[in-house]
Amino acid sequence: MENIVIIGNGIAGVTAARHIRKLSNKRIIIISGETDHFFSRTALMYVYMGHMKFDHIKPYEDWFWEKNRIELMRGYVTEVITDKKQLVVDGSRSVHYDKLIIATGSKSNKFGWPGQDLHGVQGLYSKQDLDLLETNAPNKDSCKRAVIVGGGLIGIELAEMLRSRDIPVTFLVRESSFWNGVLPKGESQMINEHILEHHIDLRLATNLKEIVADEHGKVKSVIIAETGEELPCDMVGLTAGVTPNIDFLKGSGIELGRGVKVNRFLETNVNDVYAIGDCAEQHEAIGNRRPIEAVWYTGRMMGETVAQTICGNKIEYKPGHWFNSAKFLDIEYQTYGWVFSERNKKNHEEHFHWRHAEDKVCITVAFDKDSRKFLGINTFGIRMRHEIFDRWLTEERNVDHVMEHLIDANFDPEFYRNYESEIVNKFNADHGKSITPKKKSFARIFG
Amino acid sequence: MSTYDRSMALTGQPPKSLNRNQKMATLLGMFGLAIMLLAVFNVSFPQKGLWLSISLAAIFTGTLWFSWEAYSEKLPGIKNDGVWFKSISSKGFWGWIAGISLTGFYIILYFYPEYLGLVQGGDNKGVIALFDPLSKALSGNAASQWFVYGTLYTVAILAFGIKFMWKYRHNRYERIRTMSVMFFQTAFAFIIPELMARLNGDKILNGGSLPYYDLKNVWPLNYYNFEGYRIKAFLSSGDIGFALLIFGILSIFVITPILTYKYGKRWYCSWVCGCGGLAETAGDSFRQLSDKSLKAWKIERWVVHSVVVFVTLMTTAVIYSYLGTDTSKYWLTKSTFLIGIATLLTLVFAWVMLFKRAQLQKDAQYGAIGYFVIIMALIGMHFFSGDGNVFLFKSETLRKSYSFLIGSIFSGVIGTGFYPIFGNRVWCRFGCPMAAILGFQQRLFSRFRITTNGGQCISCGNCSTYCEMGIDVRAYAQKGENIVRSSCVGCGICSAVCPRGVLKLENGPLQGRIDSNQVLLGNDVDLMTLVNQK
Repeated sequence: MENIVIIGNGIAGVTAARHIRKLSNKRIIIISGETDHFFSRTALMYVYMGHMKFDHIKPYEDWFWEKNRIELMRGYVTEVITDKKQLVVDGSRSVHYDKLIIATGSKSNKFGWPGQDLHGVQGLYSKQDLDLLETNAPNKDSCKRAVIVGGGLIGIELAEMLRSRDIPVTFLVRESSFWNGVLPKGESQMINEHILEHHIDLRLATNLKEIVADEHGKVKSVIIAETGEELPCDMVGLTAGVTPNIDFLKGSGIELGRGVKVNRFLETNVNDVYAIGDCAEQHEAIGNRRPIEAVWYTGRMMGETVAQTICGNKIEYKPGHWFNSAKFLDIEYQTYGWVFSERNKKNHEEHFHWRHAEDKVCITVAFDKDSRKFLGINTFGIRMRHEIFDRWLTEERNVDHVMEHLIDANFDPEFYRNYESEIVNKFNADHGKSITPKKKSFARIFG
Repeated sequence: MSTYDRSMALTGQPPKSLNRNQKMATLLGMFGLAIMLLAVFNVSFPQKGLWLSISLAAIFTGTLWFSWEAYSEKLPGIKNDGVWFKSISSKGFWGWIAGISLTGFYIILYFYPEYLGLVQGGDNKGVIALFDPLSKALSGNAASQWFVYGTLYTVAILAFGIKFMWKYRHNRYERIRTMSVMFFQTAFAFIIPELMARLNGDKILNGGSLPYYDLKNVWPLNYYNFEGYRIKAFLSSGDIGFALLIFGILSIFVITPILTYKYGKRWYCSWVCGCGGLAETAGDSFRQLSDKSLKAWKIERWVVHSVVVFVTLMTTAVIYSYLGTDTSKYWLTKSTFLIGIATLLTLVFAWVMLFKRAQLQKDAQYGAIGYFVIIMALIGMHFFSGDGNVFLFKSETLRKSYSFLIGSIFSGVIGTGFYPIFGNRVWCRFGCPMAAILGFQQRLFSRFRITTNGGQCISCGNCSTYCEMGIDVRAYAQKGENIVRSSCVGCGICSAVCPRGVLKLENGPLQGRIDSNQVLLGNDVDLMTLVNQK
């Protein structure tokens, strides 16, 4: 019987294990140093905020693993000996594999800031980071101010977490507007306003110079590069992105770039060794995607794909249309297809932007200036149907069709106010059109 | 595993701590309760009407003030910060205190109303006497323990209903739904029956007296609706009484199936029902305590369907016991009634087994067959044994044990008393036969479903955690499957707490409603075909 060993029990590794079990009788071993059981990484924040206990963020009950004959092993893999097909766990135990899947995820970026390894300075990625946060910032008396460095998705989550315990937060963002490398300016501006509404001290276009220690080697303050201002604080969150967690593979003969280099079959340069999830790096980016995709959904898709390959159905990793989602404090964000920020936008990409007069609700639709082909949509405060946009993107609909049928895509709860007619009116005005929005039709939606 | 502050202080750091105004609001509410408690111990208040008003107003305002302080300063959005840190909402010290007090209250209410001051055939004392002025103003009669309970129940639904609407002020589905339960409780459960009592003896009822009838309370939740004394009362109350009796029967066989087909059982369980109303408002702080394990789901299916069988047998027996045998006097006799029941059950059973069998779990199929055989065997045995008793039991024994075990212990003492321990829908989930019957329709014959939004689920678990019915919503959502579960009461909280906009309650076409295929979008189409090969 073949031994499938998976390093990492995150969404990518666990999805691979589940699908291999569905397809075969192979022996499956998952090794993790982080936790005994799989949990939803994206939900760690809710544990700190008291919305859930750690047990709640485990998607499967603990008996699931034994019942499905997926063996769990706790420990960090310290070495991979590919010619002997052997792993060394915690520097001592050795484990043999026939096929190896590397799914070790990411670690927080540290850019060599002075003081980045002091006590009280941390990232937010792992269960250990969460436990550390309970030590570094248990409440507003022990942590009189926290400084967050890095304005991305994890940064704003960390800010929300700390604010739930009333801890004053200063949020240093390198860009001139929140996440504007990804979001178009109207949306980025709306999130700036929302961050301020939550009493977060948002400092745009601000860089960290250094983190200052007190006499015990614990963080005392940070110094801002632009102004030299010194901000006293008890905790510093480093949330300037993540990078593949692959240090243990150095010298193993597995080709590494920023991540583990893989081809479209998710194979590395070494036979029977695969890499999936955050830690995998495509030789060439697929479509508009980045070579390394540190996203929940892509980890899941890669897990499904590699399971097929390992069970004899060799298939390529072919992600469909891009989609993603996040929540910025109280504002839900969804995206389907591609909407680029001003910084990354190509010439032919035109945007239509609508924002509600009072509420924090807006959308941006991207389309091709010449062909009017619909390219993608960002929505804030409106939920949209994944299936409908996936279909429109596949059918290469034009933007007028999308506007006319926008109500079909609405996924807000029943009785919610609809903004579609307002959106279409603005679109008509901006683009000299006279589109009449259609009424919602279940026949079209589920047809 | 978690390392948060475990200090023994009753108020801690935010988000656990209460601000000064919240403490004062608590004091105000406690003052209102204290008046009632003093009344229980026979402190005689002069001007009972005034003191009752003061007491109710203090409880009501205290609750509203407390909630205002909790939500007014915050932006609209999900307000679950610290739920698992607060002892009241995480089975901590205050949770147990609340659970024990509520349970104690229910035991006294159901079994020892004399301690509340109930006096049979004389003037009330204690806290019941305190409610006399209000009862007299409404129905013209002195209060009973049920009137006291009904008033407090309504006050709770109204005060906590407003709290709930503030908490979910960004969510129109929740606001409208809550207005609905507040309306149905106040009008249908509380005021209308009391006013109906004023008609008793009036000539529009031909001098008869209607039984106390909460019109939205349908059999089998209202398990006593067809007992002999009520039928007599209906029939003696002229056309109105007769119409109400017909309405009671139509509610079961016509009105509820149609509404459940169109909207799912939520139209009742979380929009109209009084038990649901209390659970959704006063019980909202405890919804996360429901057990989500697979084991709990198995127990739930057996227990709740056993209650359905129990209530069906009991009601059949009770109706049977007062029917006559002579067809010339009244067309409905003991035998026609039993044959009718047997035919109806056979039709339903045959329909399910012929057309819907594939949609049931294996154990549900066995259960259905088992129950069907038991009931048919009992009816058969009855016919062939010619015993005076109904089936094997005296109808009165069945009625009494149902009323004690299910009507009092399960729905009251455990169902509500244990809110802070087992969650707010223990009764609805494990005990309510009405919910089981509506759920059966919802599962097999309804347009309602919770649609999962393609591949957007991140398996965070908020939906499952905050599902009061203990449905593991995430288990479906993360596979891209729609959620069609008989127990779902459609409260909409899973959809509200979802951070990624994955869930939507809707009434769509039957076609494709239950799709067990994995439809995770965003992935390659060919791969998904492979994944779905069974």
